[in-house]
Parts: sequence; C-alpha cells; structure tokens
Amino acid sequence: MIPAQKDIGALLTGDLAARLPGAVRRLAHSRGECYLHVETARLVETARFLKEELPWQFAFLANLSPVDWLSRVPRFEVVYHLRSLVFNYRLGLKVDVPDESLSLPSLTGVWRAADWLEREAYDLFGIRFAGHPDLRRIMLPDDWEGHPYRRDYPLAGRAGE
Amino acid sequence: MSVTDTQLMTINIGPQHPSTHGVLRLIVQLDAEKVVSCTPDIGYLHRAIGKIAEGLHYEQFLPYTDRLDYLASFINNLGWAMAAEKLYGIDPPRRAEYLRVLLSELARIESHLIWLGTHLLDLGAITPLFYCFREKELIRDLFEEICGARMTHAFCRIGGVRDDVTPAFLPKVREFAAAFPKAIREYEALITNNPIFRARTRGVGVISAATAIDYGLSGPSLRGSGVGWDLRKAEPYAAYGELDFDVPVGERGDVYDRYLVRMEEMRQSLRLVVQAAENLPAGPVLADAPQFLRPSKAEFHRNMQAMIRYFHITIHGACPPPGEVYAAVEGSKGEVGYYVVSDGGPKPVRVQLRGPSFVNLAALEEMARGQYLADLVAIIGSIDIVLGEVDR
Repeated sequence: MIPAQKDIGALLTGDLAARLPGAVRRLAHSRGECYLHVETARLVETARFLKEELPWQFAFLANLSPVDWLSRVPRFEVVYHLRSLVFNYRLGLKVDVPDESLSLPSLTGVWRAADWLEREAYDLFGIRFAGHPDLRRIMLPDDWEGHPYRRDYPLAGRAGE
Repeated sequence: MSVTDTQLMTINIGPQHPSTHGVLRLIVQLDAEKVVSCTPDIGYLHRAIGKIAEGLHYEQFLPYTDRLDYLASFINNLGWAMAAEKLYGIDPPRRAEYLRVLLSELARIESHLIWLGTHLLDLGAITPLFYCFREKELIRDLFEEICGARMTHAFCRIGGVRDDVTPAFLPKVREFAAAFPKAIREYEALITNNPIFRARTRGVGVISAATAIDYGLSGPSLRGSGVGWDLRKAEPYAAYGELDFDVPVGERGDVYDRYLVRMEEMRQSLRLVVQAAENLPAGPVLADAPQFLRPSKAEFHRNMQAMIRYFHITIHGACPPPGEVYAAVEGSKGEVGYYVVSDGGPKPVRVQLRGPSFVNLAALEEMARGQYLADLVAIIGSIDIVLGEVDR
C-alpha cells in the first residue's frame, strides 16, 4: 500500500527520526502542502536520504527559493521543492540560513539541478553555497553591486546611495 | 610542441545570433570541430519579475506572467492564477476549467509550431517555417476572437477566465480542429523521414533518463528520454482529470526523439481541444468569491455595495490568509512553477518563478559535450528555450 500525499509528512518525520535523529526541526503544512524544516548542519545528509532511500526517492529538484524575512532572525530561509517521480510525492524542504555566514552547504552533489538554482540564489540574494563548483553570478553582470531580490535593496536609484 | 598536440579554441556565439533564439550567449571550447565545453551566459533579458511581483497585488501581477514564455502565455497565466486561488481558497467553476484546458492546449500547439519552424530553420530547412506559421496564425486568430489580443493576452483570471466565449469562437475552434490534422501530416511528410534531418538529429545530444531527472529537466525534453512524467497526468489540474489523452515518450533521448515527442504532443493537444470544446459545461466562468474577487461590470452598475467592493479590491487588493504555496502547471517547455509566500497582506512577500527553460538550459553542456559544433545548434533547438523565461 503506497501512502497518500497527505500522510507523507508524518511518515517522513518518523522515518527521519529513526534514521537521522535530530535532523528534522519541525513539520508544517500549508494549503495541503508539506514543508519539512531541517537543521542547517544536517541538510546534505537529509537531502541525500530523501533522494536515495526507499520509499521516498525524491530524485527531482523542481525549485529552489530563498525567502527574505528582513526583520526576523534568522533573516533568510531557503526552500527546496522536491518531487518523487516514482510515487508522485511533493515535498518542501526548508532550511534556515545562518545570519553570520549567510552560507549553506551546496546540494550540487545531490541534485545536479541545484547548480544553476544555487547560482541564481547567490546572485539575487547573496546567499553563499559552500562546495558549489562554480559559484558566480548568473543573471546580473559580474561587477554588479548588491543583491537585488533582498527586501532592503532600493527600488530606484543605485544600491548604497 | 609536437604536431600531434592539439590546442583548444574558444569561440563566442551570440548574444545576437539567430540560432540562440534570443539573447543567449555561449562560450564554447572546441577541439577542432568537437565541443569540449559549452558555457551559457544568460541574463540579458533579466527584468527581476519575481521582485516586481512583490510590489503588486495578486491580480495585478497576472499580465507580467505573459512575458515569461510569451509563446504560450496562457499557460503562465494559469499557473499564477492557480497559485493565487490556492492561497485564497477559491475553486473556479467547471466551465472555466474546461476553457482553461482548451486555451492551454491551443497555446501548447502554438508554442510547438514556433519551435518546429525555428528548429528546422536552424538546421537549414526553410520551408517548414512557412507551413508552421500558417497554422500558428490560425491559433492567434482564435485567441483574438476570444479575448482581442494575439499575444500576451492575460485572459486567465484568479478564479476563472475573463470572459465567456464569443458566439463565433467554438465554431472557429471546430474549423481549426478539422483542418489541423492535415497540417501535421504535411509537416511529418516534409520532416520525419527526411534523410538529412534524420542524419542531423539521430544520436545527437543524447541524455539518459537518470541524468535528465538529475538535471531537473521537464516537459518534452524529459519525455524524449523515456520518462513519462507530465503534470497534467501526475497532478491533474483544471479539467485534465476528466479528459482523455496520452503522454508520448521517446526512447533514446536524442534530438530526434524530442522532435517525435513534440509532434505527437500536438496531436494529443488537439484531442484535448476537441474534447474540451465539445464537453464545455454550462455556467459561469468566474468564481463567486466576493471577499477576494471583484464583482462583474454589470453588477457594478446595478448595485451600490458592489461598486464599493469593486473599488475597494481595485485599490487595496484582496488579502489571502498567511501561508505558502507551490503551484505548477505543465507548460509547453516543462514545469512552470510559482512559489508564493503570503504574510496576509494584499501583496505577496516572495514569488519564485520556476522557468522550465532556465532549468532545461542548464543541461545544455551535458548534451553538447563531445558533439560537433554544428550539432550544438540542433541541440539548442531541441531543448526549446524561450529567453524571456530563462532570464525572467
């Protein structure tokens, strides 16, 4: 019996608690979607677990999205949207970005799709991904100053003026 | 240096080059005629659309989505409308769901026709372009009939579609549906068994199913590698769950198989268009959600309360409860996704657009490595990118 999408949050949390204790911080649901908040330090092993272990096999990284909360601590979080093409599951994997380093471990070693998606997040939000093979700006010119998707980036004029 | 040593040559293609389908620049390292590495340089059309979205009401952002993949803009509209509907908790009426399928599939056929014409043009065949543009114009005529615009129509609405069909629309759709199979046969007669085309595309730009998934490829570029993944089947939205269609897949994952997949997709899209037109349910085309959606113009002129509500929503926007959603639709190029975060205000806090062209283009180097330079042009065409969606 293959579990339904609505049940996978609880099942995954249980599975992860047994296999990677302490990795999951909390589980949240929004409009029927499942978001799993994990510890930053455990991101890579959790991602690899989700990708490789049965019965999950989240082999498809659909999307990577930083969110700038501006006044919150920590300021940034990053959401990875995963899909399991075999079982047709969807999962949001969430992680906090530490304020001091503004850096996350790169997931390019887990999903190759992460390459350009992380470059985009670096370019537009200034979040660094440690271990990325080629972390350069992707949308803006190399000599651009600032990261325009941050919510304190000015909408008119130039950054820093 | 001995005579057998080779030197790599770096050449620059674009950003203005006919084969790159827009402002795409490629830095290619060549060993004689073979591609050693191929680094795309993108961002020439970057407009920060996700940032623009944070400054607009949910309904105001809808026309901006037209400018992502402008060849199939209805599908982009639909993705955004679905994300907003999910946040608001609105269910569109069934007639709107059928119209959404009908227009999405017309947009998919149009997009595939433009891909087909330009792809063949890249490979040196001029004639197919004229054939494809002939039918593409017919589809633009259909869009003009229903909404008045030929491109960037912004016809979808949060909660449904803007208008009901005009009296002439469905007869014109039937006329098109009757004529189009002959046109597909003509394209196939020109191209499918053409020995030059086959020689240029068979075994070129191969990507295996596992690698394609790893790169996050979607749409025909993924299905050409034999992965039968289609969001219209996997998570049926609009009226797709009630309609009958097949998802064609390739076997070898080369340029030719991606061609075959798209050709068959046009036939399947036509099936969907016909079914949606013939089974169009009666009823309204916009949901009744007075809390979030503006009243109709007719009601506006009749009812004082409606007029107040109309102005209120226009000026202050409609606030969904806090939350986050990721809504995705099967675009003509792949998964068009919108991740939207709401803090309960009239404007989204964050909008991340997943452009399938952007993700698919990242796999270009993998497909091009070791191939001839001339084949690079065939491979770019076979991924079917639109730069408006790559750069966003």
